[in-house]
Amino acid sequence: MTPAIEPILRVEDLRTYFNLRTGVLKAVDGVSFTVEPGKVLCIVGESGSGKSVTALSILRLVDAPGSIEGGRILYRDTDLLDLSEAQMTDRIRGDRIAMIFQDPMTSLNPSFTIGEQIAEGIIAHQRVGGDEARIKTVELLRLVGIPHAEERYHDYPHHFSGGMRQRVLIAAAIATEPDVLIADEPTTALDVTIQAQILRLLADLQRGLNSAMILITHDLGVVAAMADKVMVMYAGRVVEYADVETLFSNPQHPYTKGLLDSVLGLDAPADVELHSIPGLPPVPVNMPAGCSFRPRCSLALDVCAQSFPELREAEPGHEAACHAVDAGLARS
Amino acid sequence: MSEPLLQVRGLAKHFRLKPRKLFEKPPVLKAVNGIDFDVEKGQTLGLVGESGCGKSTTARLVLRLIEPTSGEVTLDGVDILRSSRTALRALRREMQLVFQDPMSSLNPRMPVGVSIAESLRFHRVGTRAERHDEARRYLEVVGLSRDYFDRLPHQFSGGQAQRIGIARALVLHPKLLILDEPVSALDVSIRAQILNLLIELQAEFGLTYVFISHDLSVVKRVCSVTAVLYLGKIVEIAESAHLYREPLHPYTQALIQAIPVAQPGAKSVSEMGALQGDVPSPIKPPKGCAFHTRCPHAMERCRQEQPPLLGVGSRRKVACFLHEGA
Repeated sequence: MTPAIEPILRVEDLRTYFNLRTGVLKAVDGVSFTVEPGKVLCIVGESGSGKSVTALSILRLVDAPGSIEGGRILYRDTDLLDLSEAQMTDRIRGDRIAMIFQDPMTSLNPSFTIGEQIAEGIIAHQRVGGDEARIKTVELLRLVGIPHAEERYHDYPHHFSGGMRQRVLIAAAIATEPDVLIADEPTTALDVTIQAQILRLLADLQRGLNSAMILITHDLGVVAAMADKVMVMYAGRVVEYADVETLFSNPQHPYTKGLLDSVLGLDAPADVELHSIPGLPPVPVNMPAGCSFRPRCSLALDVCAQSFPELREAEPGHEAACHAVDAGLARS
Repeated sequence: MSEPLLQVRGLAKHFRLKPRKLFEKPPVLKAVNGIDFDVEKGQTLGLVGESGCGKSTTARLVLRLIEPTSGEVTLDGVDILRSSRTALRALRREMQLVFQDPMSSLNPRMPVGVSIAESLRFHRVGTRAERHDEARRYLEVVGLSRDYFDRLPHQFSGGQAQRIGIARALVLHPKLLILDEPVSALDVSIRAQILNLLIELQAEFGLTYVFISHDLSVVKRVCSVTAVLYLGKIVEIAESAHLYREPLHPYTQALIQAIPVAQPGAKSVSEMGALQGDVPSPIKPPKGCAFHTRCPHAMERCRQEQPPLLGVGSRRKVACFLHEGA
């Protein structure tokens, strides 16, 4: 990957661990990636693969027993891990880097009107008065497609449908025109026709603001429609990293291939058995040496039990972490 | 064509809600508003639609877990809605429900084997030892080990827990299985495992399924016939192959259009989102066709009259004035 544009966010060797009674859960274990202005990076993986913890780590929102054990998170030239909590709140969180969560109901405060909640963020970050913040809020509500924005300013979250609440959260997130938008499964809780509306809104806004976007999803259809680059995670590690066309047309890692094969396309013939990946994803606590995908992998070699494969370039701009790929076995 | 195992006619459930103001007439939520369908032996009917369309209420009505406002449900010639309590208890052996969230439908303190045997105990089948043997056998039927009998639900993953949910339903040898979003809570790589298991079990035991899902690509894979619901009514019902190849109702078209395609460049986000607005509240459904507020083809007539569900060709029914008399 040779981006012509300088990355706005550079994550290097991020490690976020949870100290549990049963051992150390390595939720994120040596993850590196970059995002560029105007580009969308999708992070794909199953529950527990470390997608969301990666996102929370960027904003330093990981709570005990979890902690960031190592790595760097470079926003422009600042390592976010060096900032004080006050600096994070003032300058980064909800300002330069904004987050949109999966469940729009639990991310809104039920006892304030949605207008107040958005205006509050604007007052805090942009140092403007209440009237100006109110005008800006109504503009934002209109921008995200909420009809009768002036009246809806005074409504409470429970007056809104799931899709409308997600629009409210998007309005709050873009209020400061952030450089980086992180969206964690923003449409998973929504119906399919509403998902389409929200994806379109996100894509339009992100392009309009020329923000970088990190979109976390488990839906490969959403990835295909939204991503420029894709990072596939498994058990806390990156197993494959490529631009979207390459990943879909020439997947290297057996896990990525398995995921792509188990997609239920509408065009797939109905009579062939569905492809599934055998076995279960591991819980990354006290993991043995070797590749964490090995127990489910059809290509597993002896070396896979001994050492975890490093992320290596399989072709220019396309990285995979697989011993079988390194040995030239995974070419199909 | 074989005799339908399940026949549903004019099924409706209107929930009376609490009035918001004193002396106000209580609002009525028409969750299911007069639906008809048949499911033939060994076949799978898919019920699809968005939240609040009445899918899950339909499932509960068919099993008579809630009492319908009106309508008829016949299983193998027996009228479920007019059966006595004792007759219903026996009938429930014939039709079982598999829930969306396998974890919360299992007792966390009960070994899973005992949970499976519990269905048999409720229906007074066999001795305790026989029931436990049968539970072990069904753990194997669903692809788990009989040694898992004594384990507790938290020791299982979501996919395994759903296998246990299926075993618990199957152990009674039902004719009909109602599957309410059985794979929605599962990861992509596990989803296919469970769907394959359901397809195998259907062939092995000659089961009939009603498969409820919001995911059209899942329904297409497992269902011979698909019914699309919108605000408590069926708007289109057809053989799945036909429905997906050539959807007729504008809502079915929009649903299919909104599904992302896992191929870069195949469908852009603007191509997915043809449909504007939200699903209207089922408490105040629009007059006329319930879909007219979001329909790109809405005509004056659609705002006044409700289109009836009429046959188009021999294998399809559509409730839309665009296809009237087609």
